Amino acid sequence: MIVRFIDWLKQWPRTVRVLSLVAAAAIVIWSLAAVDTHHAHTWVEQHIPGFWAIFGFLAASVLIFIAGWLGKCGIQTREDYYDR
Amino acid sequence: MTGSFIHPALIMIAGALLLPFIRGPFRKPYLCLVPILAFCDVLYLNQFPGTYGVITFMDRWTLVFGRIDNLSTIFAFIMALMAIIGTIYGLHVEDEWQHIAAWFYVAGSLGVIYSGDYLVLFLFWEMMAFASTFLIWFNTDKDALAAGYRYLLVHTFGGVMLLFGFVLRYQATGDLSFSLLDEHNTQLYTWLIMIGLMLNAAVPPLHSWLPDAYSKASITGAVFMCAFTTKTAIYTLARAFAGFDILIVLGVVMAIYGIIYAILENDIRRLLGWEIVSQVGYMVAGVGIGTALAINGTCAHAFAHILYKGLLFMGAGAIIHCTGQSKLTELGGLYRKMPLTLLFMVVGGISVSAFPFFSGFVSKSMIITASFESHLYWAAFLLTAVSAGTFLVAGLRLPYLIFFGASRCTPATWEKAADPVWNMRLAMWIAAFFCLLIGSYLPFLYSMLPHADVAFHPYTIPHMAETLQILAFTALAFYFLKGRLAARAAISLDLDWFYRMAGRGFLWLAEKPLQWLDTAWGAAYRVVGLVSLMTIARFSAWFDWNGIDGVVDGTARFVQGLGGRISVLLQKGQIQMTLYYAITFVALFLAAYVWL
Repeated sequence: MIVRFIDWLKQWPRTVRVLSLVAAAAIVIWSLAAVDTHHAHTWVEQHIPGFWAIFGFLAASVLIFIAGWLGKCGIQTREDYYDR
Repeated sequence: MTGSFIHPALIMIAGALLLPFIRGPFRKPYLCLVPILAFCDVLYLNQFPGTYGVITFMDRWTLVFGRIDNLSTIFAFIMALMAIIGTIYGLHVEDEWQHIAAWFYVAGSLGVIYSGDYLVLFLFWEMMAFASTFLIWFNTDKDALAAGYRYLLVHTFGGVMLLFGFVLRYQATGDLSFSLLDEHNTQLYTWLIMIGLMLNAAVPPLHSWLPDAYSKASITGAVFMCAFTTKTAIYTLARAFAGFDILIVLGVVMAIYGIIYAILENDIRRLLGWEIVSQVGYMVAGVGIGTALAINGTCAHAFAHILYKGLLFMGAGAIIHCTGQSKLTELGGLYRKMPLTLLFMVVGGISVSAFPFFSGFVSKSMIITASFESHLYWAAFLLTAVSAGTFLVAGLRLPYLIFFGASRCTPATWEKAADPVWNMRLAMWIAAFFCLLIGSYLPFLYSMLPHADVAFHPYTIPHMAETLQILAFTALAFYFLKGRLAARAAISLDLDWFYRMAGRGFLWLAEKPLQWLDTAWGAAYRVVGLVSLMTIARFSAWFDWNGIDGVVDGTARFVQGLGGRISVLLQKGQIQMTLYYAITFVALFLAAYVWL
């Protein structure tokens, strides 16, 4: 059942992509229109529309770039490093 | 109920000792029965808070084996529950020694949680360390032996720090009770105890043992290990160091550090190990914040974490068990072959990522809210950023690289891949059920939290909006940047580099200069010492031959025969087996001494 469902989704890659984007947009629109942020903890949450969407996107990207940068700085090395 | 206090650790130990005698068709029911009994015992004990099992030791020290209060009950509950799940997961394992080691390990954890003083704590603490070492050694992987030694050495170091700490404290205050330490009057012993406990919680810079060991342990061993060591340490930190500000900083550093290494990692269990470091960072930070809500959050997150991380490790174990591969570069596209495992990994992944209606959502947010309420905005924002990273790694990168995308499997791996045997599936069903239950039915977890008077409502509209925004846009970032998250055949250097290289340096020292000295000394000895020694020896041999032998011979032959047989049994030339027997005897002796 799970396999059939995934295979079915894979037949419509474009539709899945568009629907996912629509869902993300819907979440933001709902948050802007219907969620009361006056009692949020911080100024940024209260005054920047869709703050957590921006925050999530930036946080994930920054983490990916920091990890990639550290990896290139020499943290990542060949697999048999300790075996030589 | 003073008279009827039976320590659940005792049930696990007795069960482990009897296990080799239970064979054939009785083995599997027995394997299920013992942890269930221990769990029932914990349920029973948790209804009667108080202090039990108080024993005067050597007329000087009071040992407390059973401190049952609002903090120990929740941890004992989840540990006993995880023991059932872990044992079911390992039902197919024929080797009884693996079960015995796992049960001793669980017993150690339960013993620590119910202990009321440092001596009992230390006894069970070391039991955990030694028993879990064998869970690594039971793996047949070629690196497991070395990893086990590294693990044992690191934990011995931590144990010694803890020992120094509480002995110094005893000398200074005459007090052995395991209770909250004073933040405003810190002494050397405070820090030593903290180092000892923090090492088990894998707080940087004392964390490298965790991904190293958990990726090398046996498949069922790793499922046990991912639950017990770090979360027992979190319990002890919450008991002794609640409100220590330094833990907030360390916890946040830990959360970030772990997630960055997880992003780089190629080995699936190592990746999950790094993510434990990251998630335990939330708990350490929660302990550091120390308010009622933060401690509740720490306990809730430890509870939820044991179940979803157990589920993820079970899923990873199933993949290794069924494909023989543990690296993302050797996997991929497996959803066709292992659909159920995919389902469980996704449930675990979205639980850790704090999806609404799954366990992480109702536990992690408690710690983040506590840091907002304590005006620790930097900690709150960084922890939230890490939760985006968590979704990136466990909810997106891991399932994507194992189950979707291009298959990097060899034909042999692809052929072998299939969903695991029934008992592994059952254990994963149970863990997945609890992940959903915790997130969807709040009273189940919240009624067990230590500060019952603090209310927390995760299902508010702003919180839902916040979480959904973060999750959706993290997924978007993943979609754009997934090329940077691809599997690479590489390892990441970490702080274990220092002790690995130090070990190598020591080996060089032993091989080169010390060996030379030994050879030179041997030569000198042969020239000077041997001649005189031979003369004495010749005389004593004459005396021995003519005088003593007649009497002794009979006895000697008997002892030799017996000794030979025991040696064959106990000394198989593998030092870890010899250690195992030695430690088992010491543990038995100690247990007998304390309980009888």
